Amino acid sequence: MSNDSKQPGSRPQGVTLTPEQARSRRSRNIAIGLAIGALVVILYVLAMVRMGPGSIPTTLR
Amino acid sequence: MSVASVEDPTASGAVWISNADPRDYVSLLKPRVMSLVVFTALTGLLIAPHGLNPVVGFIALLAIAVGAGASGALNMWYDADIDAKMSRTRGRAIPSGKILPGEALGFGLMLALFSVVTLGLATNWTAAALLAFTIFFYAVVYTMWLKRWTPQNIVIGGAAGALPPVVAYAAATGSVNLDSLALFAIIFIWTPPHFWALALVKSADYANAGVPMMPNVKGPDRTRLEILLYTLVLAPVGALPWLLGFASPAYGVISAVGGAAMAAAAVRVYRVRHGKGADRAAMRLFALSIFYLFALFGALSVERCLALFTT
Repeated sequence: MSNDSKQPGSRPQGVTLTPEQARSRRSRNIAIGLAIGALVVILYVLAMVRMGPGSIPTTLR
Repeated sequence: MSVASVEDPTASGAVWISNADPRDYVSLLKPRVMSLVVFTALTGLLIAPHGLNPVVGFIALLAIAVGAGASGALNMWYDADIDAKMSRTRGRAIPSGKILPGEALGFGLMLALFSVVTLGLATNWTAAALLAFTIFFYAVVYTMWLKRWTPQNIVIGGAAGALPPVVAYAAATGSVNLDSLALFAIIFIWTPPHFWALALVKSADYANAGVPMMPNVKGPDRTRLEILLYTLVLAPVGALPWLLGFASPAYGVISAVGGAAMAAAAVRVYRVRHGKGADRAAMRLFALSIFYLFALFGALSVERCLALFTT
């Protein structure tokens, strides 16, 4: 990992991740994505179960 | 605040990038405690007189489990300084530097919020309020106050661990009744002998960390006496589901045999006070207490499931 370059006139280089940091960040991102996806599925299924078939307008049945 | 004493690599202004992977975050949730919470909460759901939709029941259990995990994360955030001093806990994600205290705090608060709202949406707001109270009780009353203040910490704090079946019962019924309070009482009375048996063996660890556990404050002999007294009270309390009429005589037999085995193990802890034999007796009681609790709640769950499938 290296910090931004401070030399005058040079463009900021940002932070370069080590392979291990990149790998762990990627796995964290995947986990967050899966967690958000699971939450969406849970709330969708919950809404369907709570509303029940009676809540669906007859024109849509 | 206790967490201030844990080294924060961002304090110097340096860029800090985490190497933590999702397993480290899962470890913040104390998965073993979560499994016990799920198990006891499932029993709370099953003893409810009218069933809950299986999908809603699953989501309720998930919310309760995540709420317990949030409590664990908040506990690890606050107790990072203690964890760093104890051999049993110094490898945890915060003291080992994998996760920053602030990250654990944010993680715990977010999970607490999501679990309470999800339970409220899925079932009812009585259950959600009870779950919120459970998280508050564990994270604030037990972790921030009782744990560092009194040797009765795990006696009073045990209420947090005893509440999940009550929350689950409320999720199914919208109320709290004597049946669910009987499950609460079993876990509540079970907690002191369970933790003090471990504390007898790990007392040096707790003393080093400055945690006023019973063996460090009142001495091992007093602890042994209290373990014995609580275990003798636990035996009849364990039979409450049968005495109250919501468990079968088979459960009554299991609770009686289990209570007798626990009492025998506690008597051994009381009598054998020196050497490796004393540690062995304490660890045997610790292990037996886990088996005892699983046996009681497992028996209740199994006979409820059998009743569901045979009617």
